Amino acid sequence: MIGNSERKLALSNIAVAYTAFLIGTFCGLIQVFMRNDRLELPAWLDYYQVLTAHGVLLALVYTTFFIYGFLITGMSKSLGTFGPKVRLWSWIGFFVTLIGTVGATIEIISGRASVLYTFYAPLKASGWFYVDLALLIIGTWIMSFALIGHYMQWRRKNPGVLSPLFAYMTMATFALWIISCLGVVAAVLFQYIPWAFGFVDTINVELSRSLFWYFGHPLVYFWLLPAYMAWYLVIPKLVGTKVFSDSLARLSFLLFILFSIPVGFHHQLGEPGVSDFWKFLQVTLTFMVVIPTLMTAFSLFAVFETSGRQKGAKGLFGWIGKLPWSDIRFTSIFIAMAFFIPGGAGGIINASFQLNEFIHNTLWVVGHFHITVGTPVAMTFMGISFWLIPYLTGRTLGKTTKKLAYVQIASWSIGMILMSSAQHVLGLLGAPRRTQYSHYNDNPTVLGWFDGFFSNTATIAIGGTILFFSAMLLIVIVLRLWFVEPRSLENDLYAEFPIAESDSSATPKWLENWWIWIGIALALIIIAYAIPITHLIQDAPPGSKGFINW
Amino acid sequence: MHLHKFEKIWLAFGIITLLVFLGIVGVTAFAQGQTPAGGLDIIDPEKVDTTAPFDKPGVRKINDNTYEVVIKAMTYGYEPSEIQVPAGKEIIFTVTSKDVVHSFTIPNTKVNMMVVPGRISHKSYTFEKPGTYLTLCNEYCGTGHHFMYTEIEVVEE
Repeated sequence: MIGNSERKLALSNIAVAYTAFLIGTFCGLIQVFMRNDRLELPAWLDYYQVLTAHGVLLALVYTTFFIYGFLITGMSKSLGTFGPKVRLWSWIGFFVTLIGTVGATIEIISGRASVLYTFYAPLKASGWFYVDLALLIIGTWIMSFALIGHYMQWRRKNPGVLSPLFAYMTMATFALWIISCLGVVAAVLFQYIPWAFGFVDTINVELSRSLFWYFGHPLVYFWLLPAYMAWYLVIPKLVGTKVFSDSLARLSFLLFILFSIPVGFHHQLGEPGVSDFWKFLQVTLTFMVVIPTLMTAFSLFAVFETSGRQKGAKGLFGWIGKLPWSDIRFTSIFIAMAFFIPGGAGGIINASFQLNEFIHNTLWVVGHFHITVGTPVAMTFMGISFWLIPYLTGRTLGKTTKKLAYVQIASWSIGMILMSSAQHVLGLLGAPRRTQYSHYNDNPTVLGWFDGFFSNTATIAIGGTILFFSAMLLIVIVLRLWFVEPRSLENDLYAEFPIAESDSSATPKWLENWWIWIGIALALIIIAYAIPITHLIQDAPPGSKGFINW
Repeated sequence: MHLHKFEKIWLAFGIITLLVFLGIVGVTAFAQGQTPAGGLDIIDPEKVDTTAPFDKPGVRKINDNTYEVVIKAMTYGYEPSEIQVPAGKEIIFTVTSKDVVHSFTIPNTKVNMMVVPGRISHKSYTFEKPGTYLTLCNEYCGTGHHFMYTEIEVVEE
């Protein structure tokens, strides 16, 4: 059991995460029925407000708070109890993030910030919305630096020793997060806030978009890396074996730091202001991420197969039957991984330079991130919740809750297959994303979108309803694990933090020399961004004044 | 660092596939001119109506095989609202925005570009079949975003 203060800290983060999850998924339910033209909102609420809340609460708030809850617990578990300074700064960081989150949510709900979670200028939200966003990010930095301090203390006490894999991966995640946030923090502090409060009249729109996407793509890896930590460290334990290769696990995390940041232009392929050369260079760097992804896939299947063979599996695929399917902690994360196969394939299409034009800003993209962040990441977090919450509350995962958890995971999977397939197909046909229901004056092209079995807004609504049912079931499960389940007894498997052994005796020491890797990452960022960003600043057109189109 | 033999094969296969893939994308882009929309020209977003070529939006014949269509995007529509172009000819769309970020998107074609205030986007496209083509905005631009569309008439020459 970890220290009491860390327990409270982690639980507070998880509580905020699931509160955001509750409101955010409800917003999702409203959207699927509005897009199906079956629901009208009261006059004080509009579709784009709901959409903004859905994006911010699920993609930013649920993920971020859950990640810190998980990492705080794991860091305390693998490096020991926090000292007073680490504790204090973790709490300060938590509250700063919370203030930013609550403030931003109030601005959105009161209709002063219907700018969606990408907040593209020159749509202008209230100045406080941007201040709240800055607080949200700075709060996460404070929590990150508190944990980095904890790690540095451990390194000082253990000179010349490689850190435990969990701590190492946490540090890699923070390196990625802190470097990538520099872009959005620069945009918010130096562009949006002075402009929104009226200190300057205009804003450089293309620069703000580029700074946003410098942050926006690594953001998705910030969600993904903690999920990968569960795949690399928790899964081998659950199937009864060790981490496949300590050094490869570390190397793949380093490659994610290098190749997830200098790639933001692949979100801006169809826009003016950046020349084809820089767009293509960043496309090339984007695809380098295929390498650590293939390494991860290999490690995972190697873990599955070795564990199956140890249990006596025969034949080419006999090991599949030996996996612990009756353990919901395993099955949930396994399904999450399976969703990442089509999710990753779709990502390759999105980033493919010209091919991007077919799907850019269509519903395809919405389908894509629901089977990347919305399932591989979110369902891994659900799978983590099934043991992390009991571990922190000192309870156990009882039989009834376990059954509920199977229903929850199954319904999330079915709902997501229906909804995201429909979105993918509709997007290929050309239906736009981020758009309230519209038949464009009964245009025949548009009416043709809704004839198919999958290309149908009813399919989206059915999928969305099943997903909402699943989300509410998850809230029930979380509450049961928190307050209702019996106290865990000794040697209760479900009340443990499952973390696999990792043999680092053959791991080269240079893998933990952060300065080398952060240096290479910065060099790649400068190569990919210095010239096009300079161009956007020096050869800028007159700026844009703000617009409040809602 | 130890790599399992199967992992070496797996990674080599993956990396070679990746290089071939990037090679194909690069050749089609730069040797065959199949690049996404873009453009480096700038404009004062406050003075779009008085700046050429946007002071006279519409269809302009450049030569026998090429036409330029100059369009202004604004909340929530496009100017001019009626556009007629010939099938089988190269059409160069030249678009800017008078206010916020929009898109200029013709579903089922390769025309899908962002329109950013202060900047001018270009895309060249040849319509093979005559007909009425829906054109819409797929970047959120305000509460009327889903009403922002127009139609392009493509006619037999």
